[in-house]
Amino acid sequence: MAVPLVEMRGITKVFPGVVANDGVNLSIQAGEIHALLGENGAGKSTLMSVLTGLYRPDGGEIYIDGQKVNFRSPRDAIAAGIGMVHQHFRLVGPFTVTENVALGLKGGLRLNLNKLAGEIAALSKEYGLQVEPQARIWQLSVGEQQRVEIIKLLYRHARVLILDEPTAVLTPQEARDLYRTLKKMAARGCAVIFITHKLQEVMDAADTITILRGGKTVATVKKNETSEKDLARMMVGREILWQVSKPAARKGDKVLEIKNLKALNDRGLPALKGINLTVHTGEILGIAGVAGNGQRELAEAIAGLRPCQDGMITVAGQELGQCDPCRVINAGVGYIPEDRLGMGLVPNLGAVDNLLLKEYRHPRWGRVFLNRLAARDWAKELIERFQVKTAGLNAPVKLMSGGNLQRLLLAREISNRPRLLVAVYPARGLDVGATETVHRLLLEQRAAGTAILLISEDLEELFRLADRIAVMYEGEITGLMGVEEARIEDIGLMMAGAKRMEVSA
Amino acid sequence: MAGTSLPGRVPVITWEKRLEPSRLTAVIIPVAAVILALGVGAIFLAATGFNPLKVYQNMLEGVIGSKYGLSETVVKAIPLMLAGLGVSVAFRMLLWNIGAEGQFYMGAFGASWVALTFPHLPAYIMLPAMFLAGIAMGGVWAVLPALPRARWGVNEVITTLMLNYVAILWVDYLVYGPWKDPKGFNFPLTAPFSKAATLPTFAGTRIHLGLVFALLAAVLLAIILWRTRWGYEIRVIGESPRAARYAGIKIERNIILVMLLSGALAGLAGMSEVAGITHRLQHGISPGYGYTAIIIAWLAKLHPATIILVSFLFSGLIVGGYSVQTSGVPAATVSMLQGAILFFVLGGEILTRYRLHFGRKEGK
Repeated sequence: MAVPLVEMRGITKVFPGVVANDGVNLSIQAGEIHALLGENGAGKSTLMSVLTGLYRPDGGEIYIDGQKVNFRSPRDAIAAGIGMVHQHFRLVGPFTVTENVALGLKGGLRLNLNKLAGEIAALSKEYGLQVEPQARIWQLSVGEQQRVEIIKLLYRHARVLILDEPTAVLTPQEARDLYRTLKKMAARGCAVIFITHKLQEVMDAADTITILRGGKTVATVKKNETSEKDLARMMVGREILWQVSKPAARKGDKVLEIKNLKALNDRGLPALKGINLTVHTGEILGIAGVAGNGQRELAEAIAGLRPCQDGMITVAGQELGQCDPCRVINAGVGYIPEDRLGMGLVPNLGAVDNLLLKEYRHPRWGRVFLNRLAARDWAKELIERFQVKTAGLNAPVKLMSGGNLQRLLLAREISNRPRLLVAVYPARGLDVGATETVHRLLLEQRAAGTAILLISEDLEELFRLADRIAVMYEGEITGLMGVEEARIEDIGLMMAGAKRMEVSA
Repeated sequence: MAGTSLPGRVPVITWEKRLEPSRLTAVIIPVAAVILALGVGAIFLAATGFNPLKVYQNMLEGVIGSKYGLSETVVKAIPLMLAGLGVSVAFRMLLWNIGAEGQFYMGAFGASWVALTFPHLPAYIMLPAMFLAGIAMGGVWAVLPALPRARWGVNEVITTLMLNYVAILWVDYLVYGPWKDPKGFNFPLTAPFSKAATLPTFAGTRIHLGLVFALLAAVLLAIILWRTRWGYEIRVIGESPRAARYAGIKIERNIILVMLLSGALAGLAGMSEVAGITHRLQHGISPGYGYTAIIIAWLAKLHPATIILVSFLFSGLIVGGYSVQTSGVPAATVSMLQGAILFFVLGGEILTRYRLHFGRKEGK
């Protein structure tokens, strides 16, 4: 066997109170796609932060091409050809794609952006990473931003490419495109490491898999010598039940009705081109689609955060009018936004204040003064009921894990007893346990008669939860079907715009 | 360049991010910063031929060595507290109101207008009227830049700053022109207010009712911020405007209301200065209280009670500065000390978020 391109031996990293990595070994060959599998908190991200020079290990050694290295900063790691695409992208929002790639490039003061744009276009063509060099980052969907991150690394000739939960933001098609890109890179002698907790993804894309649990290496296995079930057992440390029982829908009255809805995206281009949809009580309507096809704009238009150009949205017979989030909340619409910590929660405030975010106007807390004692008791009860782990009722929520943040957010949105719940990528980035909880809560709401609009890029999730699935492509609904008659292949084609069916809402 | 082997040198001191900002350091660092700033000041004083210990001793004596020094420190702290509280509310909502100085002048102008136009009012009408005129003018002066900010996003840093010059020049125009006291030997000041238009003072000192205004304002502000719905909205907007919009909080309306409150407090500072100390409107009524207030609000981390304490520190510096001027130390030295304190506190801020790690780790 050849000398591994990357070898980490006995890596230990201790944070105050936590041993994040405890003697972890990892060995990666050039030309392979290596999955780093583990639940949240298993130490995957820490291990990769050590490899990229972000953290210094408290113990252990790193070898690149058989030579021992000691990274003092990310700069050293980049010089050694190691690049990482973080879960939260490191991009400058107001800059263009080209400018973002140019950031941090060596080569003096001269900067030929046009030449660079050409090179980016060539790279994106070569690796199938579709992105427009002149677009500004804030205008791009999350999936497109990820491509920019990868292009950044390719442009810097990274030999070891690390991706932190890359498909959390992608659809099956986009994920498949990504896998294809990764394979091309591996074929050129790069090593690709991707961090994940999704078994399916591992089986689809990886050659070799290293499983971490509780900061320790459990095993390293070849893909064709293992199975999803084995991986799950090694990852979680116990057998897990996959079946989520879904009782039959008790579909009732129309709650949400959208007629000919048109809206613009942040770039001022049409994002919604006449959407017609209805959601009934006790029903989950799933919306499938590749990121950036108008899903975010649809959710924001319903939530009153984005002006409508045309058309109308009614909830329980009441028209929502123009862009007034307060009115939407009062109409009984709960909204779980895509960006939990950026929009749904206030990172520096405590759990009580965050739970109050939509409740504080309620007269029961007082008209002028906020009865904080009552609010605290109420919050405590919700936190217990939804099993949110907090560091204290008033500790900043940004200290909480992703799963707990989502529980807190759901606790608030559900405790309002919404008529309609709009959930955008509710399980994105959550581990198996937290995903189970989110799914269970959504199904409980469905059973309680809430109408749910579930926007997701995870088809598995849609098939598990939704009663009907609509497909969005370029701001239009290209398909709408009951989940029983839906086939993954058809939905995939509709998501890609290759097929459409006549839709009558 | 395959196989780059990097040397195994490890620095002796490394930065490590704290998981949570440390509470202890949040207290120690400002104190250490003040001491360091005094140290830097000492070097400077020594270099310019003064004995730093002597100067500091004089300063200290000037402040706490006499009843006069102590009461002057309180007197100077009053406008600093009010203006500091004013800018702190705006800062809390990420509104960079640099205009406390102008709002102070307009508050002083409003109160003076009442006192000079209706000189025969009895005190129980005069003082409330001056109070209202002061906060109204200060508030209006802050709402002027708030409106374009709320509607079109016009940067308030520039507009509030520019309005300072307008306010100062407006008051200068009055005291050099139409309002000049004919019996004032041509000095730029108005005629003295009537007895009814002066704030009561305490126990034969110059400490006036403005102190009560300032303390009440701090309590009121704390109650508003942490006990009311409005305060909740202010805190949410300040922490995350996106979440505020998501929650249906009206950001534009709050920009105007918060700036109104901010300016009203600075205006009250101006009112209590003319009614409590000068008893007339005059040129240079504020020696930069509105700007010092920004430093105070920032050092106090926008917390009302801390603003009161820090205001005393800065007024002590001012008063101590006056007392050492008699021994030839230039007034600018005091400004330099203020600057040095701010510099060290903000510099030390990093220690509340990071920890220095000493010692050598493995690495051959």
